[in-house]
Formats: sequence, structure tokens, C-alpha cells
Amino acid sequence: MKELVVISGKGGTGKTSILAAFASLAKNKVLCDADVDAADLHLITDPSIKERHDFDSGHTAIINQDKCTQCGRCRELCRWNAISEDFVVDPIACEGCGVCYYFCPEEAIDFPLNTCGEWFISDTRFGPMAHASLGIAEENSGKLVTLIRQEGRKLAEEKGLDLLITDGPPGIGCPVIASLGGATSVLIVSEPTVSGRHDMERVSELAAFFKVPAMVCVNKFDLNVEETQRIEDFARQRDIQLMGRVPFDPVFTKAMVQGKTIFEYDDQSEGARAVKKIWGDLIQKLGV
Amino acid sequence: MIISIASGKGGTGKTTVATNLAVSLDDQVQLLDCDVEEPNAHLFIQPVIEKTETVTTPVPEVDMEKCTLCKKCNEICQFKAIVVIGETVLPFHELCHSCGGCMEVCPAGAITEVGRELGVIEIGHRNGLEFINGKLRIGEAMSPPLIRKVREKTRPGVLTIIDAPPGTSCPVIASMKDTDFVLLVTEPTPFGLHDLKLAIGAVNILGIPHGLIINRSDLGDDRVREYAKSQGVPVLMEIPFDRKIAESYSKGEMLVESMPEWKGKFRALYHQIEDIVSHRKRGEA
Repeated sequence: MKELVVISGKGGTGKTSILAAFASLAKNKVLCDADVDAADLHLITDPSIKERHDFDSGHTAIINQDKCTQCGRCRELCRWNAISEDFVVDPIACEGCGVCYYFCPEEAIDFPLNTCGEWFISDTRFGPMAHASLGIAEENSGKLVTLIRQEGRKLAEEKGLDLLITDGPPGIGCPVIASLGGATSVLIVSEPTVSGRHDMERVSELAAFFKVPAMVCVNKFDLNVEETQRIEDFARQRDIQLMGRVPFDPVFTKAMVQGKTIFEYDDQSEGARAVKKIWGDLIQKLGV
Repeated sequence: MIISIASGKGGTGKTTVATNLAVSLDDQVQLLDCDVEEPNAHLFIQPVIEKTETVTTPVPEVDMEKCTLCKKCNEICQFKAIVVIGETVLPFHELCHSCGGCMEVCPAGAITEVGRELGVIEIGHRNGLEFINGKLRIGEAMSPPLIRKVREKTRPGVLTIIDAPPGTSCPVIASMKDTDFVLLVTEPTPFGLHDLKLAIGAVNILGIPHGLIINRSDLGDDRVREYAKSQGVPVLMEIPFDRKIAESYSKGEMLVESMPEWKGKFRALYHQIEDIVSHRKRGEA
């Protein structure tokens, strides 16, 4: 099985819109939304949920005021300043390290497991989809990314499908690292702005650090052709496969407003034609 | 006062707002770029960097001469960052959250701490504006501790503007927590709206007053405005889509420089925020 992970470094480059367009073109695939922190792909694919599961991960300390003698040992040990002067734990500041729980001489601290999100197996008009949503202000997004990719893979195996297309998160931190391991290739959707190029350079270094082969395409390329060329020059120097350009086309926003992919909205649009060509090259490169 | 600028969805214009607001005011301002995974503010501010500090986080090192293989470190660690296998103890530095539990629990005093590099903080200025930037090391997973270090540079008595990362999880919370006002930047599209709802949820958990900027306000639909109204979130500014704005942004130009009429709008924005914050403080007092 092959897995294509679509990332961008910078947010808002059009990663999810382009991935949704691929969903219209790809056959025999499972879709996976691993941008668990701000998942948007379901707004286009309109999944009907078949399975719903809690995502339990990490613990939070809670002080039992009846048993607490206010000895101060927990406050002395906590490196997150998560325990107030009157011995109440701030659940947002609590890292879940359990040090206070372990050392409390009165055994006055509970340390329950958190439910910090949900994950789903769904049917969509494009085929099966694995997706997840992390609770607001929750931690452990990397673990949820790893889990949802595993579930996507299982789903593909069960259904005998040979391709997993995964929407990755922005940035270069924990959830992005979790979205890279074991991927066949990553496609970096960049945009021709100084920020887009800067962020694409950093995320491509991350892919190289984890030895995942990278490809790049430039969305909205005609907004700044010079920056587009700089991105492409950088890619050539680093042996990153160039997958072409997509013009700035309002059809992406119009299609999104209607909950459609650009192919469903207007398959003759400039944007659709450019994405179609990229997809044709991609499946050759991936060998599916 | 500390104003953080956040969005939920990426690419909605946080950095545009943070940088243009920072250079539009006469007050003493410091700009902290807390989007340490992909910091961009420096591309627009082009500060003179005077100092670069390496930031590390403590991780365990085991002296096997002293270790008795009691496994207490292995037991206390919630992150599987220190594991006893046979006759050796393996610390996995990249998994370590730096809680210090293993060192505290070790009865043999065999554990000491060394530093794992999280990234760097760059400190500089542009004219009167103080500029501070965190940059996560490529391959480092944990951004919140670096964000907290950047925020330690906050100076009381000046206006601090924080450019936060996208999303709603721990890096965003680390950037918004204990700020006086959150300025949310969104776009009027289904993705923008969906992620705005999450961002408002996060701001409400923290209990911080907030307002909205709608960028590319003439693309998309009206659902963002309707939602803001239903939640009582004031829309403080709208920035229309203009190919000229998009092109000048793409080159790294500041909006208030390529289109100076925006300077007054950013000043007015700041006065609105000041009013909301002082009103809220009076309400609390």
C-alpha cells in the first residue's frame, strides 16, 4: 500500500482544497484527515459516520482537597506552575507528568486518563475516510495523528484498496512529525510568497531529516512568478520532485462554499485542469 | 497590555495583522513571534538581530556506575522517555517532557540533567520596535516550551503583540494564555468558519476578551459574520481581497507601507482593543 501525505509548512496554501480535488480523481483509495487540530476535509467530503471512538490519551492531576494537608511538596516539584497557592491544579497548565501524584505523601492526588478527542470511520461519496478531531485546547495531537493514520491503513487493507491520501497538519512540530513516519511520499503544497517559501524550505528539511521523499507544487503561482521560480529552484537543488503549478483561481473558494471539490464545481476551470495534470504525474510517481 | 493574534485556520492573515499593527503605533511596542514552527514575522519586519540565544530543555543522563537497575525511573515516566532494558537504561531524549520525575525518584542519585536543544530565540529591533522571534529546531517535536521561553521576554509596561501559531492545541494555548486580548483573524469561508468556532472555543476556555478581523472579506459568504454576531464577538476590522494586497504580501512588503491609508485603520483597531480591555477591567474591579 502507498500513502501520500499532503503538507504545506505554512497554513492556508490550499492543501486541503487540492487534496479534496485529488479525492475526485483518485480511485481505490482511503482518505485520511490527520490535521486533527483543525480538521476541515470533512466540510467537503460530507462523511456519514459509521464508527465513532473516543481518543483517550494523557492524564491530568486532580487534588483531593479532603486529603490534602497543603504540605507544598507538589508545588515544589511541579515544573509547570500548574498548582495554585490554594492547591488547585490548572488542567490547562498540567503537563500530565504525574510527578505530584507519585510523590504526594498523603496520596491526595488523582491522576485520571483524559478523553481528549474522537476519531471516526466514515463513508463518503469518494470512498472510505478515517478522520479525527482533537478536543479544543487538548494535548497529544501527535498521538492522534499516528492513530488515525494507522486506522486509515487498516481500513484500506480491509477494503483491498492500495492508496491512502492523508491531509497533514501545518507547521513542523509534533503532529507533522507524526504524519511523516512511514509515508511513501509527501507532497508539499506551497504558495509563492516570502512566507510560503520560507515555510516550505523548513518543512522540506523536516522531510529530509526523517528521510521521507518530498515533492512540491506551487499553488496560486501567478500571484508572484519570481517567488514561484525561487521555490522551484530550491526544490531542484534539494532533489525535491517538482509537480507543477496551480494558478490562482477563485473556483477553489466558490467550490468550498458549496461543499464541493473543484471538479464537482467546474471541471473545465483552469484550477481543475492544473490539478488534473499534477494528479496524473503523481500516480505515476507513486506507482499506483 | 498583551495582545495575542490567533486564527484556528492557518494562512488567514495573522502575521499581516501582527506586523502591521506593531509598526503602526507610537507606543513602545514589542512583537513576539510565537509561531515557532514556521515563524514569518521577521520576513516583513526585517529586524536587525542583535542577539541569538540557544534554548534547551533538561533531559536525563544516567550514570551507570551508580545505577542499581531498580526501574523506578522507568515506572514514573509517563512519556516512555526512559526505559530499562536488561543491564542498561536508555533515555529517549526526544520523548522527554523535562518533568524531572526520574531524577527525583532515583534512589541512587544516578540521574543528572543535560540540555536538549529546542531551538533559538532571536532578539532585535526595527527602529523603535523590539522584535523577538522563536525558531524551533528542525526535527524537534515540542514547541510549547520554546514558546514559553519566548514569552519570558515580555516586558511589563510596554505593549506586547504576540503572533500565535495556527490551530487550537497546546502551542496555541501556550501563546494565548494570560494575554489581555485575543485578536482572531479569519476568512469568510467554510474552512475559516469551522476553525474560527474552534478558536473561539479555546479563547472562551481561557476566558480572554476577544474580537475578530475578517480578511479577504469579500470572498466566500456571510456565515462568519452571522456566527460572530450570534456569539457576540465584535468584528473590529475587515480587509477586502485585493490582488495588489496579495501581491505586495507575496514580496514581503508591509501593508501600511505599500498602502499607507491602512496605518490609521490599524491605530483605530488598537484604540478599540484598548477600550474593550479597559472596559472589562473596570467591570472586574
